[in-house]
Amino acid sequence: MADMAENNRAVVKLKGKYAASILDVKEFRGEVTVTVKKEEIVEICRFLKTELSYNLLTDVTAVDYLGKEPRFLVVYNLYSIPNKDRLRVKAPVSEADCAIDTVSVVWQTANWLEREVYDLFGIVFRNHPDLRRILMTDDWVGHPLRKDYPLQGPGREPYKGRLS
Amino acid sequence: MGVEQPLGDNIVTASLDGLVNWARKSSIWPMTFGLACCAIEMMATGASSHDLDRFGIIFRASPRQADCIIIAGTVTKKMLPVIKVIYEQMPEPKWVVAMGACACSGGIFDTYSVVQGIDEALPVDVYIPGCPPRPEALLCGLVKLQEKIMKERNSFGNAIGIGERMEPLEPAA
Repeated sequence: MADMAENNRAVVKLKGKYAASILDVKEFRGEVTVTVKKEEIVEICRFLKTELSYNLLTDVTAVDYLGKEPRFLVVYNLYSIPNKDRLRVKAPVSEADCAIDTVSVVWQTANWLEREVYDLFGIVFRNHPDLRRILMTDDWVGHPLRKDYPLQGPGREPYKGRLS
Repeated sequence: MGVEQPLGDNIVTASLDGLVNWARKSSIWPMTFGLACCAIEMMATGASSHDLDRFGIIFRASPRQADCIIIAGTVTKKMLPVIKVIYEQMPEPKWVVAMGACACSGGIFDTYSVVQGIDEALPVDVYIPGCPPRPEALLCGLVKLQEKIMKERNSFGNAIGIGERMEPLEPAA
């Protein structure tokens, strides 16, 4: 099955052009995931959109691997409407340099999706046109989907299970 | 014959409280305001099979015309300021019904973004448990509110400047 990811049309072309930036290629149940260096994310995304017609950015999200380095993975789910094909691109972001370039210059959709990731994970998107919170209130302190954010909010006694 | 009627036979006398409370409890106009799945049950309660209108309960689409707000659903911290504004826009007298587990206590949403019960912000008159409560439960809660209104003493007198408002004789059920 590993061959399937290696032989994927997009992966072959990506490897041909950005071999030095590709950290990992995985295939699971027919879903192909490419992990790339965050410095090249805009270049690679533009290539995927223009050359390989991944013209729809379905979602941008992130995963917090608290305790591991790099701590965050920013995840881009792409879809190609003409080819009916999906591709997942991931980029590691460390806690110390918690920022990545915006892909809103490639897909307009990324504007709000990246605002959501910024709001809930505190990952800064460089050159973003309007990087404000989108779900939480403007005066909210902290980023709730980080694993070290208290589930019941700061200033509350955490739930310790049923006492009776 | 028997009972003397010095005012004629087309005049009925009653206590001010009895009359005002009866009028108020018979025309509770709740704010048309839903927050989550409880609002669907609230709409079902207002629809023909349960028919809130027969209690004089008619939903009004403006807080200026409403005297009751049914908190029907999960109150998020982001929504709370909006609810407070709507409550403040309602004229006195006004009552608050906390409908469902979320409005009563936060329900299953024991998280950073959810208010753990609307009574943290508004004075709640009736709590209705359930997730969501069935229309019968909402009806029961509103009838309880009517009973509570009937026990109010000199609330109207206080409003027009005759004496202070008095506590009900027995605790409201």
